[in-house]
Amino acid sequence: MKRLLRTLYGEPPLHLTVLLTSFVLCGYALARLLAGDWWAVLQWLVGAALVHDLVLVPLYAGADWLFHRVVCGRRPRSRARTALVLHVRVPAFVSLLLLLVHWPLISQAAGRRYRAATLLAPDVFLGRWLLITAVLFTVSGLLLALRTWRARRRPGSAEVLPSADVPVGTGRPARHRS
Amino acid sequence: MRVLPPSSAGPWRSPLRGPWLTSVLGMVLLVGIPVLFVTGLLSYAAYNPDLSPVNDKTPDKGLLGLYLFSWPTHPYWLYRLTQGIHVTFGIMLVPVLLAKLWSVVPKLFALPPLRSVGHALERLSLLLLVGGGLFEFTTGLLNVQLDYVFPGSFYPLHFYGAWVFLGAVLAHVALRLPAALRAIRTLDLRAELRTPTVRTRPEPADAGGLVPGRPAEPTMSRRGALGMVGLGSAALFLVTAGQSVGGPLRRTALLAPHGRAPGSGPNGFPVNKTAAAARVGLRDTGAGWRLTVRGNGHTVRLTLDELRRLPQHGSSLPIACVEGWSTGDQYWEGVRLRDLAALVGHHADAPDVFVESVQPAGSFRAVALRANQVGDPRSLLALRVGGADLSLDHGRPARVIVPNAPGVMNTKWVRRLTFGSTDVGERT
Repeated sequence: MKRLLRTLYGEPPLHLTVLLTSFVLCGYALARLLAGDWWAVLQWLVGAALVHDLVLVPLYAGADWLFHRVVCGRRPRSRARTALVLHVRVPAFVSLLLLLVHWPLISQAAGRRYRAATLLAPDVFLGRWLLITAVLFTVSGLLLALRTWRARRRPGSAEVLPSADVPVGTGRPARHRS
Repeated sequence: MRVLPPSSAGPWRSPLRGPWLTSVLGMVLLVGIPVLFVTGLLSYAAYNPDLSPVNDKTPDKGLLGLYLFSWPTHPYWLYRLTQGIHVTFGIMLVPVLLAKLWSVVPKLFALPPLRSVGHALERLSLLLLVGGGLFEFTTGLLNVQLDYVFPGSFYPLHFYGAWVFLGAVLAHVALRLPAALRAIRTLDLRAELRTPTVRTRPEPADAGGLVPGRPAEPTMSRRGALGMVGLGSAALFLVTAGQSVGGPLRRTALLAPHGRAPGSGPNGFPVNKTAAAARVGLRDTGAGWRLTVRGNGHTVRLTLDELRRLPQHGSSLPIACVEGWSTGDQYWEGVRLRDLAALVGHHADAPDVFVESVQPAGSFRAVALRANQVGDPRSLLALRVGGADLSLDHGRPARVIVPNAPGVMNTKWVRRLTFGSTDVGERT
């Protein structure tokens, strides 16, 4: 019996028990969630997953890949260029994260309602976000400059910062993964 | 046959992906999501939805409301704390959730898409997990920023959506926790936090296909990746949390909806339903305003001056909104709700009360308060705040203020209190 289930189902019996139990709870709540405009809610539920997986992830992963390619080109192991990628990637990540989370306020999507409800001006958020972004990139740039300067002061430490002109495979210590 | 070979090609080549990283992020969510769920359920209970249809935006909740209890008035800051945590933690978990989803994205495109009936059911469950999770985070983020583009009322969407998400989370934890605990022991977290990029190696090949077969050169360490996620959470905390602290720190919440106060002076604290938006004017609240107090078959009508001649009491209480922002304690002065109950014969035991506003339309223009809220000596029909008369936007001439109640339960521009009743037209 167990083997038959395994053959037909492809997973252990516990797997089936867990999922069916979960579907009971999900179904009970889903029936209520979909009691109103069920089609629109379903679009939001499934659409959220699809937009994230098929649009957002390829978009940011692709942008990161492209930027990395442009900066590092044919010298993917140049530590100086990798550092540059990092010092753009991190502030860009934080900035875009803030933009994503606070998009309704920054875009003033509900600006009139916001003003009517809170008596506050809705048009300050874009400027603030730009300012935060500028600060993030400035700090990151200063840290990069400091890093480069400190590495240059230690000549011969190619391990820390090999010359960007050294071709792939010649400037790296042997213990690095090739 | 069930073990897939690691994806040898394909676009997912990050050397950081692997069961260990996914498990570390999963553990953060395993702590964070229950915190969000519990604080969310507390917020739901804080409305006393089982007391009256006017408090209840989810009348078909059925078994999902079984846990409900009378919302206490002690400690008076509890809702401020739990709802501040719910919203602030929820915002801080966004980068963790996104990183977790990034770490498992190769599985979405794994081939064959459906290996067996069991695999198909699990993928359906994962759709509920990812869709439900993103739905909860999205509706929450939109609601706290007053952008009501979601399809329906926020309360049922976010409440029922939370249970769908929870059902999928429970299955995911039951099926994946053992493997996650094994994966987390494959690398030493402390050693990993000391490993720089140059010494970062891919995790050993795994059955799930997370570790790429042909990994790219690392451009950052796992320490760096986790640090970047943590930095994202910290940044979100810094631009948000101040709105739940108030005082001078409010201004630090640069991107939060209530990072500013609309004015100065006693009535300068934040507001979220203005008189203009509620279409309440001087016509309804001026010299012609009367407070009607009903109960026990009696009806008493009071002018504002008559209210002022009743014994006045003070209490220091915050305003704490379901949207997570709050104010520090404000000093309210007015008439105790239980003294008003005594006016219509409820002397010993304060009953429930049905509170109605002059606000002509909209949610929460009427609410029901439970006996424990009415009986608390700090519960007032407030006429003054911070030593000044209430401003129109804060509920002039009279508003309810109850310890530990969500902001919307503290009805503004009160016109009628019906003691011993919890619904429109109910006879006492």
